[in-house]
Amino acid sequence: MLSKRIIACLDVRDGNVVKGINFEGLQNAGNPAELSSRYNQDGIDEIVILDVTATIEKRKALAETIHAVAEEIFLPLCVGGGIRDERHAEAAIDAGADKVSLNTAAIAQPELITTLASRYGSQAVIVAIDAKRANDGFQIFVRSGQQSTDRDAVEWAREAADRGAGEILLTSIDRDGTKSGFDCELTAAVSEAVPIPVIASGGAGTFDHFVEVFTTGKADAALAASIFHYAEHAVADLKQHLSQAGIPVRLTPPGPRGNTPSTSPQSPVD
Amino acid sequence: MIALIDYGAGNLTSVRKALTHIGTPYVVPSAPDALDACSGVIVPGVGHFETTATLAGAWTAAIEASVQRDVPLLGICVGLQWLFAGSEEAPTLPGLGVMSGCCALIPGAHTAEDSAPTAALKVPHVGWNSLDVKKESWILDGVRDGDQVYFTHSFAAPVTADCVASTTYGVEFASVVERDHIAGVQFHPEKSGEVGLGILRNFLRRTGDASNLPAQ
Repeated sequence: MLSKRIIACLDVRDGNVVKGINFEGLQNAGNPAELSSRYNQDGIDEIVILDVTATIEKRKALAETIHAVAEEIFLPLCVGGGIRDERHAEAAIDAGADKVSLNTAAIAQPELITTLASRYGSQAVIVAIDAKRANDGFQIFVRSGQQSTDRDAVEWAREAADRGAGEILLTSIDRDGTKSGFDCELTAAVSEAVPIPVIASGGAGTFDHFVEVFTTGKADAALAASIFHYAEHAVADLKQHLSQAGIPVRLTPPGPRGNTPSTSPQSPVD
Repeated sequence: MIALIDYGAGNLTSVRKALTHIGTPYVVPSAPDALDACSGVIVPGVGHFETTATLAGAWTAAIEASVQRDVPLLGICVGLQWLFAGSEEAPTLPGLGVMSGCCALIPGAHTAEDSAPTAALKVPHVGWNSLDVKKESWILDGVRDGDQVYFTHSFAAPVTADCVASTTYGVEFASVVERDHIAGVQFHPEKSGEVGLGILRNFLRRTGDASNLPAQ
C-alpha cells in the first residue's frame, strides 16, 4: 500500500537552517546537511529546502546547500523559495534537487509550470499554494503570504494540475505557526479536486494533527518544520503513532549510525 | 567501469551522486561504441517513454551487443519499461524487448478529460510503496519482503515470469524484474534510502567492479 509521506521542511538562509533547532549531539545545529542526515536516520520520507534568502547574490549559497544535502541523503529532495524562472529551477536541479516548488512565479507566469514539466517531467514540478479562508472559499496569497490575489485555491490547484504540476504543496496561512492543527477542510477540498498528490502544510502541533490530515483532510503527504526540530526521534515516534492509528507509513529500521535503542526493534510495514 | 546512459531523459544528478556515494566508477558515454569497454550498463530514466526514441538505432545496438557479451544491464524507471516490448505511452516506439509484454497506464487513473477524480487513484503513483518479493534474485539480495522504495510513475510493467518483486497500487505491477544478468526497477533506487543504495550495490557486485565494496 502506498504510504502517507512525512516531509521535513528546512528554512534555509545563506546556507544555514534558520528556525531554532536544539538537538543534542549536532555539531552545528544550523547545518542543513547534518540535520537532513539526522532526519534520514529517523525515517523522514522527503526533505524540502525552503530558501528564505533575501537577495539574489546569495543564491550561490543555496546551490552549495542543495549539493551538500544531496550528497548526504538519498531521498527525494525538493527546493523552493525564490524560484522565478527556468534558470533558477535549472540551478536547483543541477545542484541535486529532484523537484522544484513554484509559488509566486507560478501565479505570475503559469506557463512556467508547463515549461518545467516538459523539460524535467511533471514529477519534478510542485506548485505551492498559500491559502487563507475568505468568505466561503480559500483565497491565495503570494510573496510569502504578503500579497493577496483574486485567485481561489481549489480553482488554481486544478489549473496547476492541468498545466503539468506533479504535486500541490498546500499551506494554510490561517494555521501556519499556530500549532493548532492542519486546515483539513482546505486540504480535503483541494485533494478532492485534483488528480495529483497534495502535501498539507501549516499548523502541525501534535501527532494527532497528522492523523486528522491523512483521514479527514485526505492529504497524501504532510509537511512540518518545528515539530521535528525540537525533539529527538520525533519523526520515528510520529510514524509509530500513525502506524498504530492505521495510517500506512514507511517504518525504517535504525540506520547504521542511528542511536535508536536496540530494545525496540521495528518491523517493515506490510 | 559502469556506463550510465544519458539519453536526455531528465536529470542524472541523483543517479550520479548515488553511484559516487557507493564508490562506483562510472562514465557517461558520449558515443555508443564506448560500451565495448564497460562492465555494466545502467539505463536510467525519468519522464515520458517517448524520450527513449533517442536510444533507437546505434545505442540500442550497442546495448544489445553488451547484453550478448553477458554485461549486466540495469533499467531504472522508464529504463525498466524500455526492457519490455514497448509502452502504451508511446505505442509506435519499440523497447529493447528483452522482457515480454507491454507497459500500460496504471488502471483507475483518471485523465485530463475526467473531471471527477474523487473515486479514482491519483496518478502518477508518487511516494513510498512496498515490495512484495516473489522469488530470490541477485538484484534484491538483502532486501526484505515489505521493504519500501520511492516511486514516481504513471505507466507500469506487467507481472510476468521475469517479475521478482511486485507492488500494488490499485493493481499489482512488476516493480522489479530480472532475467539472467538483466534487471530493472520501476522505483528510484537513488532516492530510496539505504534499501535503494543496497540494490545499486547488488548491481555493482554483479558487474565484478565491486572490489571496494564490503563483502556480503
